[in-house]
Amino acid sequence: MTRYITMRVLSTIPVMILVALFVFLMLRLAPGDPASVIAGDYATAEDVERIREQLGLSDPIVVQFVRWVGSLAQGNLGVSIFSGKPVTELIGQRLEPTLLLALTTITFAVAVAVPLGTLAAFRSGSLIDRFVMLFSVSGFSIPAFVMGYILIYVFAMQLQILPVQGYKSPFTEGIGPFFYHITLPSLTLSVIFIALIARMTRASVIEVLEEDYIRTARAKGQSEFKILMRHGLRNAAVPVVTVIGIGIALLLGGVVVTESVFNIPGLGRLVLDAVLARDYPIIQGLILFFSFIYIFINLLIDLSYTLLDPRIRY
Amino acid sequence: MSILEVDNLTVKLPDGADRPFAIEGVTLHVDKGEILCVVGESGSGKSVTAFSVMGLADKRALTPVSGAIRLDGEDILNATDARLRKLRGEKMGMIFQEPMTALNPVLRVGDQISEMLEIHTNMSQSQRKERVIAAMNDVSLPDPEKMYRSYPHQLSGGQRQRIMIAMALTLEPQLLIADEPTTALDVTTQAQILALIKDIQKRKGMGVMFITHDFGVVAEIADRVAVMKYGQIVEQGTVDEVLHAPKDDYTKMLIAAVPSMTPPKREPATGDKALSTDDLVKVYGTPGLLGTGRVVKAVQEVDLTVRRGETLGIVGESGSGKSTVARCIMRLIDPTSGEVLINGENIATLKEGQLRPHRRDIQIVFQDPYRSLNPRRTVGQSIVEGPMNYGISAAQAHERAAELMRVVGLSPDALDRFPHQFSGGQRQRICIARALAMEPMILIADEAVSALDVSVQAQVLDLLDDVRQKFDLAMLFITHDLRVAAQICDRILVMNKGEVVETGPTADVYANPQHEYTRALLKAAPGAAL
Repeated sequence: MTRYITMRVLSTIPVMILVALFVFLMLRLAPGDPASVIAGDYATAEDVERIREQLGLSDPIVVQFVRWVGSLAQGNLGVSIFSGKPVTELIGQRLEPTLLLALTTITFAVAVAVPLGTLAAFRSGSLIDRFVMLFSVSGFSIPAFVMGYILIYVFAMQLQILPVQGYKSPFTEGIGPFFYHITLPSLTLSVIFIALIARMTRASVIEVLEEDYIRTARAKGQSEFKILMRHGLRNAAVPVVTVIGIGIALLLGGVVVTESVFNIPGLGRLVLDAVLARDYPIIQGLILFFSFIYIFINLLIDLSYTLLDPRIRY
Repeated sequence: MSILEVDNLTVKLPDGADRPFAIEGVTLHVDKGEILCVVGESGSGKSVTAFSVMGLADKRALTPVSGAIRLDGEDILNATDARLRKLRGEKMGMIFQEPMTALNPVLRVGDQISEMLEIHTNMSQSQRKERVIAAMNDVSLPDPEKMYRSYPHQLSGGQRQRIMIAMALTLEPQLLIADEPTTALDVTTQAQILALIKDIQKRKGMGVMFITHDFGVVAEIADRVAVMKYGQIVEQGTVDEVLHAPKDDYTKMLIAAVPSMTPPKREPATGDKALSTDDLVKVYGTPGLLGTGRVVKAVQEVDLTVRRGETLGIVGESGSGKSTVARCIMRLIDPTSGEVLINGENIATLKEGQLRPHRRDIQIVFQDPYRSLNPRRTVGQSIVEGPMNYGISAAQAHERAAELMRVVGLSPDALDRFPHQFSGGQRQRICIARALAMEPMILIADEAVSALDVSVQAQVLDLLDDVRQKFDLAMLFITHDLRVAAQICDRILVMNKGEVVETGPTADVYANPQHEYTRALLKAAPGAAL
C-alpha cells in the first residue's frame, strides 16, 4: 500500500516535467513574436529589439528553458507584460472565487446526482428512472451561458430572490453574502455535472446490481435497501469517483463562460483577459497552473481507488 | 420427514421465450439428513427449481402459475417478502457455482459471514466474531483469525467456496441448496469440497438439494437423484436405482454419454513429427533491479512431440501451465526461452512478419464458443476470413466453407446466420470448421469441450477425432477433465505448477500412474463407481 502510494506520487514528477517542456515550447514555437505584439503597431524596430532583450528572447532556446525552469522551481511564474505584477500574485488573487465556485458546484452536483442516479438504478425502468434520464439528456444539451441567463431571468429578474451578478468573499464579507451570490453561478455550472454524474452512477449501479454477490446477499436474507447500500454502492463507486474527479478538473478550467456571465473576478476572467491582451507570461503561468491541478486531481483519484477496492494494487 | 416439498410446481416463462414453461409439474422432496441431486443439462430447469425454492427467481421473468413449495410445512410461494428474507439464512441457505463472483470483492470475508448474523440475530459484534470464527473452523479453513480479515481475491477457489459454505451454514439451516458448487473448481479441490458438504450434512442432519450436470459428482454424493429434461422430471429414485438401473431413455443416454475413465486401446502413431517443443519456458514478471520483483514460472522446460494423426493430451489443474504451453506454441504469447518446432522449423523467436506464413499451419479451438465468434459477423464471414487473408479467392473460400460445414455436421445454408442463432455445441462445430478452413497441420483444442453439456460433449469429441483422422492432423488436446482425456488422447502429459510430472501412452498412465500427483488427480476424479 505505502509502496504503491509512494510510486504513484513519484510518477507525477516526470509528467510535470513533460508538461512544463510542452508549455515552454508551445509558446516559443507558436507563430507571432511576443516582443512585437507587446511593442504595439507603431513601434520601431529598436523598440521591438529592446523589449526582446528585456524578455531574454534573444538568448538560445536552451538557455531560455533552463532559466525558465530555474525560476519555476522557485515558484516564479514570471511577470505580467501589461500590469507588471508577478503572475503568481495575479493567480493568487483570482484563485479564491474560482476554487470556491468549483467546490460549491461539485459538492452540490454530487449531493444531488449520486442519490438521483442510485435511485434511478434501484428503480430502473420506472417513471423516476425515465425522469432522471430525461433530465440528464437535457442537462447535457443546454450550454452554460443559456442556462445562466435562464436562471438569471427566473430567479434574479422575475422572482428577485437572488442577485444578478457579483461575488462576495466568505472570508471578508461573511458566509451569508457568499452563498447569496454564489448560488446562481453554482446552479448554472452544476446542471451539466449533475447530468453527467447521475448518468454514470445509474449505469454503474445497474451493472453492479446484476452481480452474483448481490444474489448472495439476497440469499442471506438481506433487505434490498441494505443490499444497495452495503454491497452495491461501494462496488459502483470507482467509475463514479473517476467522473467526479474529471468533473472537478473540467470545472476549474471551464468556468470562463460562467464567470463572465455572472461577472465573477476569478481565474476564468483572468484567462479571458490575458488571451485578449496576449499577455504571454500569464497565459503560460495559467496553463502550467491548470496542468498541475489536473495532475494533482488525477493523483487523488488514483489514490482513492485503493481505498474503494482492495484488489487495486500496482 | 421432509424438510422441503415441491408439489406439482409449474413456472411460466415470459411470452416469446423458446418454450412456455421453465419448469412444468415438478414434484420432489428433500428429507432431513439426505442429499437429493437434481441432474440435468443446461436449460433443464434445475436452477429455476432451486431459485424458486429460495424465492430468488427473477419475478419479472418467472411466474409460478400452479403448484406449491413447502419448507418445513410452510408455504413459500405465498410468503411475504419479509418472511422469505427471514427464512433465507435461518431455515435455508444457498451456495453457488462461482465462489469468486459470489463474494463481494470489496468486503472482508469475515464481515461477509458476519453479515448473516447481523441480519438474523441480535448478537454483539464480539459474539458475532466468535461465531464466524467457529463457522470458519467448521469448514476446515486454516487460521480463521487471520483469514477473517482477508478479501476474496486473496483466497484460492476452494477456500472461497468454503467461505460460502460457512456463510450459508452459520445459522444452521435445515436445508442447503447447492447450485453446481464444484463445477468451477479443480478436481482435487472438488473432491475436498464434496467430502466437506457430505460431512457437514451428516453431522448436522441437514437436507441438501444439490444441483449438478455431472453424473460423476452424483455418484460421489447423492442419496437420491432426480433427472430433469426440458423443465420436467423424467426420473427419480435412489442413487443406485438411477445410476445402475435407469428406466428413462434420457437418463440412460446421459449416463452413457459420461466418458469412461478406462482409455480404449490405441495404436501408437507413426506419422511424421509435426510439432515439438524443446525446453519451452515461460516466465511472467521481471526480476526487478535488485532481484526483488515477483517472478512466476508459468511453464518450466516443457518438451513434447506430436506426430501427424496423433492426439497428445495435456492434463492439469488451473495454474498448471497447460494453456500457457498452448499459447506459446501458437505464439499468442512469446516464450521466454526454448524452441517451438513446426515441421522442423523453430518459430519461437520469429518476428511477426516471418511468423505469418506459419500461422495457418497451427489453429486453435477455444473453450467458450459463445465468446470466440464475433457476434456481429455471420459464421460464413468468420470462416472465410482466415483463408482470404492468405490470398484464397472469396468464391473458393466460400465453397470450402460450405464443404466444411458438412464435415462438422451442419447445413451449408447456415453460413449466412449469426452465432447467437446456434446452440453451444453447434457453435463449437463452427469454431472447428473455422480452424479447419485454414488447412492446418496442427489443431490445438484448449478445453474445447469443457463448456458443453455431456451429451453434446460426446458428439464434439467424436467430431474432433473424425477430423483428426480425415485431415491427418496433429492434435494437442488441453483439458482438466481426465474422463475426456482418457477417451480422445493417444498419449498424455500431466502438468503441475508449470512442470511436466509424467508423460506416456494414455492407457499406461491411467493403469499405472508413476507420479504421486498423477495418482492424486486420478483418485480425485469423481464417479469411480460409474
